[in-house]
Amino acid sequence: MAKKEKSFEESLLRLKEISEKLEGSEVGLDDSIKLYEEGVKLAKECYTTLSEAELKIKELKSELEIDSD
Amino acid sequence: MDLFTQEENILSVSEITNSVKRVLEKSFKGIKIVGEISNFKAHFSGHWYFTLKDANAQISCTMWKGNNTRVRFTPEDGMKIIVSGNISVYPPRGSYQIDVRAMKAAGVGELQAAFERLKQSLSDEGLFDVKNKKAITRLPKKIGIVTAIDSAAFRDMVSVAERRFPLVELIVASSRVQGDGAAENISRNIKLLDKLGNIDTIIVGRGGGSLEDLWAFNEEIVARTIYDAKTPIVSGVGHEIDFTIADFAADLRAPTPTASMELATPNQEDILNYITDFFSNSSTNVNSIITNFKDEIFGITNSYGFKSHDFIINNNMQTLDNYLFRIENGVNQKFLKSKNELSVLSNSIESYNIEKILERGFALVEQNCKKITRAKDFDSSKKTKIKFYDNEIEIE
Repeated sequence: MAKKEKSFEESLLRLKEISEKLEGSEVGLDDSIKLYEEGVKLAKECYTTLSEAELKIKELKSELEIDSD
Repeated sequence: MDLFTQEENILSVSEITNSVKRVLEKSFKGIKIVGEISNFKAHFSGHWYFTLKDANAQISCTMWKGNNTRVRFTPEDGMKIIVSGNISVYPPRGSYQIDVRAMKAAGVGELQAAFERLKQSLSDEGLFDVKNKKAITRLPKKIGIVTAIDSAAFRDMVSVAERRFPLVELIVASSRVQGDGAAENISRNIKLLDKLGNIDTIIVGRGGGSLEDLWAFNEEIVARTIYDAKTPIVSGVGHEIDFTIADFAADLRAPTPTASMELATPNQEDILNYITDFFSNSSTNVNSIITNFKDEIFGITNSYGFKSHDFIINNNMQTLDNYLFRIENGVNQKFLKSKNELSVLSNSIESYNIEKILERGFALVEQNCKKITRAKDFDSSKKTKIKFYDNEIEIE
């Protein structure tokens, strides 16, 4: 897997995936511990991202682009 | 008597027509007339020709393209309207007519009728079909907003976004939302945001007002732009009871501007709860996985086959025990580490929640470093600490 920064949405999706795997019975001992650790890390990241987020507002200046039609 | 003795008073047709033209055009400037439309024709050149009439009279009207593009509805025969303009005389035909500068419906009933007609024709065309509605993104990165940036509606949207999902970025294309050119302005701003290509959802809205105030959202141009946009659009116009054409054309209709932002964003409380649930559920799950494996191993070691062989005598049991011990130890250590991390996080979740409550205006009372949560625990002789959102004070 590429080591790339996950987006918030990707992290949440992965977290969901991990939850479902841990709920199922197919996963082995080693894997379950690995998944658990990955999940804890992701959950912490998501939590921090969300609780530290500050709303960004940008105004689109339409004057610059009018009269194109 | 001979009417023709004074030859010098004879006028040509053009002269008399031009005199009439001067007199009429000077006397009837900026007049307003109410009447019913008949023989309405929109010429391919873009000019409109029609007759305005009442029970006893009629008058021809023309409305040039430059003026009629500002009319907020499609005129139809039988519709009662008020026009304003000037009388003009057309010498080649010796006719006079109203040069209509502006036109409006003569009452709310007429506007309502125009609304119903447009709604019907766009509906017949398929602009409101459910199968064409796009799904709204659940976790948006960018939300475009088309509304007046100095309005209460916009402030409401911002505070909802702040509360529910501050991770999102709002891109505002400030628009005129009523009056002349509002519909064109709204439509152009939707197109601008749509063209950016990286906006997850566009909200189009404004606060409450009269039917006339909301009219821009009932215009065909806005409905078509909404329908054509590739970005999913949520409409939030007026109050719950107000339905506009834009609402029908949008992918999702919200009853108010506030609700439109609620529908466009997830609630961060839900996400935080989901994350907290992950910790408790997955700890339990991993625990039970470990227990299952342990049971399995003990099941094997206690089985008849295992016991009956020389295994026990041969120290092998001890080796196995050693392995088991090491596995358990390793697992437990990892587990403990995660558990510690979890309790740190739970504390930070709790303090985050307290901060939020304090921010809303509640205060925390402490005596002897303990939180006093009930009146019966309060000892008025003791030192009291009160923690507010911004600071804490001490009272002796």
